[in-house]
This record gives sequence, structure tokens and C-alpha cells, in this order.
Amino acid sequence: MSRLLKFITCGSVDDGKSTLIGHLLYDTKLLYADQQQALELDSKLGSREGEADYSLLLDGLMAEREQGITIDVAYRYFTTDARSFIVADTPGHEEYTRNMAVGASFADLAVILIDASQGVLVQTRRHARICAMMGIRYFVFAVNKMDLVGYKQETFDRIQADILMLKAEIALENIYIIPLSATEGDNITHKSKDMEWYAGTTLIDYLEQIDIISDTSEKGFYMPVQRVCRPNHTFRGFQGQIEAGRIQVGDEIRSLPGGRKALVKQIYLTDQQVEEAISGQPVTIQLDREVDVSRGCVLADRADLPIGKSFTASLLWMDDLPLITGKDYLIKIGTKILPCVITSISYKTDVNTGGKIPASQLVKNEIAACDIVLAEFTALDLFHSRKTLGEFILIDRVSNMTAACGVITTFDNQKEHNAKSCFCGRDISAQSDIFEEFYYNLESSSIIGYHSDKETYRVGDSVPVKGESYHYPDTFDIMILKDEVVVLVRDKRIAAISSLNDYSYTEAPLINGQGFGIRVKSGEEFAEFIRCYQTSKDSTELYNQWISFEAYRQVIFNSNFWII
Amino acid sequence: MNELSHLDELEAEAIYIIREVVSECERPVMLYSIGKDSSVMLHLALKAFYPEKPPFPLLHIDTTWKFREMISFRDHIAKKHQIELLVYTNEDGVKRGINPFDHGAAYTDIMKTQALKQALDKYGFTAAFGGGRRDEEKSRAKERIFSFRNEAHAWDPKNQRPELWKLYNTKLNKGESMRIFPLSNWTEKDIWQYIQRENIEIVPLYFAKERPVIYRDGNIIMADDDRLPLLPGEKPEFKKVRFRTLGCYPLTGGCESDAVTLDEITKETLGAVTSERTSRVIDKEAEGSMERRKREGYF
Repeated sequence: MSRLLKFITCGSVDDGKSTLIGHLLYDTKLLYADQQQALELDSKLGSREGEADYSLLLDGLMAEREQGITIDVAYRYFTTDARSFIVADTPGHEEYTRNMAVGASFADLAVILIDASQGVLVQTRRHARICAMMGIRYFVFAVNKMDLVGYKQETFDRIQADILMLKAEIALENIYIIPLSATEGDNITHKSKDMEWYAGTTLIDYLEQIDIISDTSEKGFYMPVQRVCRPNHTFRGFQGQIEAGRIQVGDEIRSLPGGRKALVKQIYLTDQQVEEAISGQPVTIQLDREVDVSRGCVLADRADLPIGKSFTASLLWMDDLPLITGKDYLIKIGTKILPCVITSISYKTDVNTGGKIPASQLVKNEIAACDIVLAEFTALDLFHSRKTLGEFILIDRVSNMTAACGVITTFDNQKEHNAKSCFCGRDISAQSDIFEEFYYNLESSSIIGYHSDKETYRVGDSVPVKGESYHYPDTFDIMILKDEVVVLVRDKRIAAISSLNDYSYTEAPLINGQGFGIRVKSGEEFAEFIRCYQTSKDSTELYNQWISFEAYRQVIFNSNFWII
Repeated sequence: MNELSHLDELEAEAIYIIREVVSECERPVMLYSIGKDSSVMLHLALKAFYPEKPPFPLLHIDTTWKFREMISFRDHIAKKHQIELLVYTNEDGVKRGINPFDHGAAYTDIMKTQALKQALDKYGFTAAFGGGRRDEEKSRAKERIFSFRNEAHAWDPKNQRPELWKLYNTKLNKGESMRIFPLSNWTEKDIWQYIQRENIEIVPLYFAKERPVIYRDGNIIMADDDRLPLLPGEKPEFKKVRFRTLGCYPLTGGCESDAVTLDEITKETLGAVTSERTSRVIDKEAEGSMERRKREGYF
């Protein structure tokens, strides 16, 4: 059992979070004498009632004491005979939800306070949902202020039933429910004499005994590379913290996303050479051959670690500016930072009911499911499979503000990327990559496809026939075979969008949905092409025979496009 | 070896933070105050980059009122680890004769806060490591590990950048900077236990020894040199004392102690009934004094 327990307290305003921690510290004799002095002094200065106010221990900022509220997370450290604790006291106001999330991202366990006289509130549900989203798997629901409801079991039972419903609704794994009073000290460190009907343990007993089972479901060894250490020309070591599994000298590993294999030649655990290292340790790994590894790469011992470029994620928006779909942000996953675009908001989550609400924008403190496309392929995973590769932050490229945090929930294997151009006719539509740019990135030595915007075109709209890496004629026909749609472009404008069945060859140049030329110069060739398309089992063969990349396209060299 | 100890976890976290700063920040520097926390931080930096040397210099803000033993220890450590040491003093303050006796809070501002800002600006450092811990004082308990400062080096406690998991956002615009606290989650006890485990060299002032001291306003002040003005009736006497924190000698209170080994110090610390910052005279000036100084650019 790990000796250190990191937990947070959360809940609605005035549920008594700070008072609870203050009492916990006080009861366990963890207040230093001068802190107690400072507490008395502070109480006299800014007190609400004149008695020692434990919450003043936690509300450390002047603005907080002036307003009598908690604005930001406070961290406190205490130790009992059984265990060391770090507790993060988080704000209850909805306005400061993002600070509550900061605390949640740090914790293994959440103590959610509920005012017995109020029951389960919207904020209770919001906090439980955010804690679960951020990966907390252990919950204590502390039904506080039992003294105000006469220590009645019926009140507790009613609230307990609501908590169990919430548990089922958001699929919480481990929960424990305790009736207590933070001001009176009931069931915090001493069993309450006023609630003999409660058979469970006190809060401190529970916290001392709970065994946080470290997540063993993460498969294999992996380590995001923080930096390359090269003190001289013979030493080249990759430094980082092992996130899961173990590694031994002689093991075969891969560098991702490239996938090149190498053997582990030497391992340093900080400044000591070792044969083996395990999850959580800071190491420097030397490989037996020159492999292209830089910051942001992931070293892994398994081939099944996903490499991806697009996914769906749960996002908590934190910026004062709303989320704008289509705008590019920087994303940090593990040690990798790269540009990304939020292509669409699937839905917003109603924090109270869990319902899905259609949305076109997202403002501060809202949660939503969003589709995100990265600038390049990178090692990533679902949050519940490999935590470190499934959690991320988004950074605004102008203000540098941390605009959101999120966790990857599903991969998007079917859709290559979402930012396609859409052609919409009267009752048909088709998706196309025809205006995608192709760049050869000199930094990553790979060809990258890039859509600047998701655009929808209708009959009469003009189209950008010339881009950086393509140049189409003013008049041509776009044949989008997978959707069986043909778009006629005449003099840079869309003249018609029709079904392939209704189309007959017009002698205008034919271009497919990806912007590649189709080698067809006559009605006979067109008929032959359609026949081949319909009977072909191998698209490689079809493409090599009929399709020409270079007819209207080229690849542009680029080194600074993705520079961050 | 399947589980990391509490100290292993804290060490790993600090090393991760230090490596992130060096990888992402343009011009990092490590504030070296010579105290035990700085000693631990430097030790962690040496381990983090091994076999490379830490790729940043140390910066000491010298108020000219530090204990003499601190200065000789500082020079010894820089030499021992062959690491670049920058020393900065606010010469304007020296010229104006600013001292801790006559100028009180202004002294701290001019010789520490202003000096620090001047030094960071002079060398163009955009990221500065500090040894602050969250268990020291309650405004520190609220501060992020990566603490954003605006062009005036000021901290805005009401609008801190969210800090999620260990995905630190180090992006800055021109003129802005970061203060980074790799020891945020360490307690005083952790520091002593780690010093003991790793056998880290610290300034001898931490160990009890006969030293010339005076008793003033409930504090034990060491007469480190003859600049300490004595009030009528005050006469330095030799007492066996040690220091829990180190700073400017006229502002640092010692405690009577017989602890001469790390074991004894740790034992004393664990049983201590006063937290260490009370031996710093400046913190008790007024409600929120630390927060105020940090907003003005103090570490």
C-alpha cells in the first residue's frame, strides 16, 4: 500500500470544506503553534463570528479572506502514524470550477461534501462528474452539517439514496458515505455519540486504510521522452519518467511514432547505473544504435501502442474566451506539443442530468465531447488504457492561456480527418479532400496533409481552384466515387452537383475527390474507368492504372509550418 | 523493488519538473539561496541531468547581510560542482546605505525583491527555479508549481494558470517569465530526511555550535560581524544555537539546541511545535505580507 495519499475536498459553496480540513489538521495535532497563533490573529481580524475559524487556515489569499470564499486550490500536508497525506482544498463556486479541476487532476481520491440540510446539489453532481472525468476512482461522500438536521438517520438515508443514484449514473467505482459534522467534529477523527445508528468508520480511519490500487491495467513499458542528454559525442541518452511497466538492459524497444526498433544498452536511474527500472522512476536510457528519437517521442516495448491523428475527447473548457471550432490551438500530450484543430463539438454535457445538449460553442467551465485533429501522427491512447497518453491540455496560441484540459475517449478510425470540404446539392451531398494541401515537412521527414478550413460549397459558389500545393483548371468535373456524386465546376464556380448515375462524360478534365487527375480523355475511356472501378477488388491497382497525383498537385517543402 | 517510497516519489516529481523547464524554457536559471532547500534543489538538478551538468547557472541575490559562513559555503559548492555561479547585489541600495535595522520592510523590497528583478532582467532569464515549499506559508500553499509572472514580475493570485496533471504550460509572451518550484510538495520533514538519505552537504549553521548571540524581541540573533548595532544592555554571549532557516543574519532567529547530527536535527524537527518560517522575522509584519511581496515580484 502506498504510504502517500493525495486527496481533494470539493462540493458546493459553504458545504464546509475548509472547516473540515481545518478540523482534521487540528484534531490530529498537526497545527504548528505559530500557525495556531496566526489563526487566532487572522480570526480576530477577518472573522465571521469571533470564534476560531478553521477555514482561515486554508483560505490563504487576502482576496479570499476579504470575500470569505475559496478562490484557488490550497495544498496542505499532514502525517498520521499510518500514512502521509496531501490534501488539496478546492473552491466550491462554479466560477472557479477550473481551479477545482486543477485539484482533481492531482488526486487519487475525492472527498465530496454535501450539506445535510441541502442534499445533493447541482454543484455536487458537477464536481463528481469532473472528478470522474479527470480519472479519480475513489470517492468519499461526506454528508456534513448533520448537527443542523438533528443527526437524523432518515435525512442521511434520503441523501444516501440520491448519492447511490448519482453513483450509478456516472458509473463511479468505489464510494463510501459518511455522516459528519465538521464544526462539531463528529465522525472526523472521533466516532460521533449523536449518530450511533451509523456503523461505519470515521473519515480519518477510512483515509488511513483505503488502499488505492495502482492501475495495473496499463500494458507494457512506455516512457515519453523529456529530453536528449548528450554530454559528449559518445553518450546519447533519452531522459524521462517511466509511466508504466518496467525496462531492463537488453530489452527491445521502439521509438514512436517512427516505430524503429533498438535494444536498451544502458539505464541510469538518476545518477546510478542500474540493470532495471520501473514505473515512476526518472531514468536516462541509452540504445544500442542510432535511432531518431527526440523530445515528444515515446519509447515503448509493445507494438500495439496506438499512433493517431484524430480522436474524440471529453473537454473541460477553462479559458475566458469561448472555444472556437476550426481555430488552431497547441495541444500537449505527454511531452509532445503540436498544433491541433477542434473540428466539431459533438455535444455539451448537462452537468446536472448528464444529458447531451447540441452546441456550436463552449464557454468557461462547460464540459463537452469534441472531435480533435492533430497536425501530425503521434503516440497517444485512450485515457482509460494509458493515462499519460490519453490526457492533454490545449493552449491558446495568442494568449498562451491553458484553454482546456481533456481526456481521449474514442479514436476516429473511420474518418481520416474531419476537416473535409463538403459539396451540398438539393438532396445529395459529398465529402471531399480536394482542397487539402500537401506539405513535405523537413522537420519530421514526412508528408502531411492539411485542411485549412472546413467549407461547405453549394451550386453557384466559387471554389479556390489554386492553392499552395494544387492548381486545377477553371473548368473541370469532380468525381467523388465513394459518395457517387459528381460536381461540375465551370469558370471557377459550381454549376451542378448531381448523382453519378445522372452524369454523362462532358470532356472537361476529370478529377477525383482527393484532387488527383483521372486519366480519361474520351467517353469510351470513361466507361472503361467506371467498369474497372465497379469490378476492382484492389484499389492500389485501380489507382496506379487510372489516377495521377501529379496532374494538378505537387508537394511543397515546409519546415516551419508546424514549428511551435 | 516494486514500490517507490514517499521520498522516491517526491524526487521523481522534482526531477520531472526540472527537466521540463530545461526542455521548454528559453533561459532558465536556478535561484540559489544557499539554504537547505536550495541544497536539495541543486542536488536534484545534478541528478536530473547526469551525466550532463545542469544546463543553467546558479544565481545568488546577495544582500551583503548574509551569514559569512553562507558565503564561503556558496563559493565552495560552486567550485566543487564546477557550476557557473552569478552573484547579484543591488549596488544602488548599497550606495544608499539600505540596511535591515533602519529600513525594515523597505530593506527586503530593495535588497531582495528589486535586486532579484534587476538580476533577472539583466541576464534575460525567462524561467527561475526557486526552492519554495507549499507547507511554509499559506499564500505559498496556493501557488502553482509553474508560477506565471507578468512583465513586472508580479504574481496574480486571483487568476493563476490552471495546472493539470503534469502537463505544465510554459508558453510566454515577450517580457513575461516563470518561477518554478520543484519542491512545492515537500515538507520540512521530507527535506531533512532526504538530506540524510542522500548525504547532502549543508551549511554548518544548521548544526548546533557555540555562537555569539543576543536575545531580542523573543528572537535569538547572531552577532555575525560588528555591523550589528547593540542596544543598551545588550552584549553578545556564547550559546549553543542552530538555525532552522538561513537568510540575512540580523533577520534570522536561531534556536538553542544540542543537535549536532542530522539524526538529531530530524528528531528535533519532527517534534517541533513552531513552524520554521516564524524564525524569519519578516513574515510576521502584517497579515498577508508574503502574498503582498510575491505580488510585487518576490520569490
